[in-house]
Amino acid sequence: MSAAVEFIEVARSFGSVKALAGVSFAVEEGEFFGLLGPNGAGKTTLISIAAGLTRADSGTARILGHDVTSDYRAARRSLGVVPQELVFDPFFTVRETLRIQSGYFGLRDNDDWIDEILHHLDLTSKADANMRSLSGGMKRRVLVGQALVHKPPVIVLDEPTAGVDVELRQSLWGFIRKLNRDGHTIILTTHYLEEAEALCGRIAMLKAGSVVALDTKHNLLSRFAGITVRLAADRVPAAWRGRVLREEGGLHFVALDHYADLESLLREMRVEGLAIRELALLEADLEDVFLKIMGGEMENAGKTAGRAGRAEARA
Amino acid sequence: MIRVAGAGWPTLLYKELLRFWKVSFQTIAAPVLTALLYLLIFSHVLEANVTVFGGAVGYTAFLVPGLVMMSVLQNAFANSSSSMIQSKLTGNLIFILLPPLSPGDLFVAYVLGAMVRGLAVGLGVFVVTLFFVPSLLAMPHPLWALSFALLGSAILGTFGLLAGMWAEKFDQLAVFQNFIIVPFTFLSGVFYSIHSLPPFWQAASRWNPFFYMIDGFRYGFFGLSDVPPLLSLAVVAGCCAALSALTLTLLRRGWKLRN
Repeated sequence: MSAAVEFIEVARSFGSVKALAGVSFAVEEGEFFGLLGPNGAGKTTLISIAAGLTRADSGTARILGHDVTSDYRAARRSLGVVPQELVFDPFFTVRETLRIQSGYFGLRDNDDWIDEILHHLDLTSKADANMRSLSGGMKRRVLVGQALVHKPPVIVLDEPTAGVDVELRQSLWGFIRKLNRDGHTIILTTHYLEEAEALCGRIAMLKAGSVVALDTKHNLLSRFAGITVRLAADRVPAAWRGRVLREEGGLHFVALDHYADLESLLREMRVEGLAIRELALLEADLEDVFLKIMGGEMENAGKTAGRAGRAEARA
Repeated sequence: MIRVAGAGWPTLLYKELLRFWKVSFQTIAAPVLTALLYLLIFSHVLEANVTVFGGAVGYTAFLVPGLVMMSVLQNAFANSSSSMIQSKLTGNLIFILLPPLSPGDLFVAYVLGAMVRGLAVGLGVFVVTLFFVPSLLAMPHPLWALSFALLGSAILGTFGLLAGMWAEKFDQLAVFQNFIIVPFTFLSGVFYSIHSLPPFWQAASRWNPFFYMIDGFRYGFFGLSDVPPLLSLAVVAGCCAALSALTLTLLRRGWKLRN
């Protein structure tokens, strides 16, 4: 069986800038896959190559086994892309826009599915409104609808929730989750790490045109971030002193590699006769992993972006 | 999961038609009015002073096919070029780059859309001018006229597509429109027979493809022309084939569209 999306040594330069330096990975059918990375990491270039909007200098990209250049018709029929830019055709209404997009895929009489899309994206009341009159969030929903008119088995969302209010974001993710449950493969790029954490099963991280991490979310979280125990006790056992991350007024933050380490920590506490007044396990989030992998100068910029994202998610 | 799908280009053509139809006052009525003004002013000033085809045809009658063809050509160019550059600048070109439309599909839809707009304006001009010169309805070779109208609009539609692909801003498109399309149509014998020109300009006119489009088109109306209609047809068909081949090649390469 072919992978939903497969990249083999895909490279692309723009002038002297290497946007992609030989990227290889595959997304299996039915996955909810996250593509993360800072601005300029090459995420959009990679997606553009998969969609046939940009050509690779070398390497191969396939959608469900169809090469995106030599077998582009089948590849594009299998793929739905929600672009990052908020674009629209000011000449048409929402329904006209979706009908025309269906027609480009050779689909006539697609109104039943279009009605369903309008319903799920909460656009039914706007069906006959001109695209110009819609708010940014509404236009974004139409873009999602346009990507779905041909029921593509593989759906790529390039930063789909940028500038979209929280309520819509929730309903949008509800719909995308449903599509994933129905068997659609979803690939998501986002700046909001919380979204990737909440939705994606597997994640690739891009940095300066290369894949720097590719694993399940679970593995990434445990491998790169580990688990932190917050202990309220007089002190920690001598053998664990080196694992203490920080101490604050009788609270000791101790790093664990695995949950299994907790047992040996507790055992040694008992052996040394230390009473535990309080204990909490703090799980790392994807932001920690992201910052650790991106490292260095990225750290500050990334942290700020992450916090801003969080604040907005709560707002 | 995916239903059996038909061709996508008819929808792109439909979109192209809808695009200009929704603003038809600007895209059809305005150019018809412009052509009518040319007719009123030039015929009023020149009817008594200019002799064409040795006096066999009145100047106003002579002028009409020229104005009709000029309108066809200019509007065919305007349609494909402005549609393409608008899509590029607003970014909604992505809607036709993502679906499985082939380079041939894009070509056919844009050029046919431009032809329909050009021919619609041309027909409008013709119908309005019939009030002034009703005798034109009895044209001796309508099929010749139709062939030149079809080929001329196809050439300018293709040229407009090419210009729209090439241009990165409206400014650059205006260069095409003002420095190529308008001078070449004005200097092609819309308003005069090239036999009235000095020898140098007569010779120069023969290097202007627009001259053959208009001269051949006019032959359909009067059975008279400056050069043999078959020569005009050969030149015009050759231009159409060459320009189409170039445009299709560039579309296949994704020139300026799929970077």
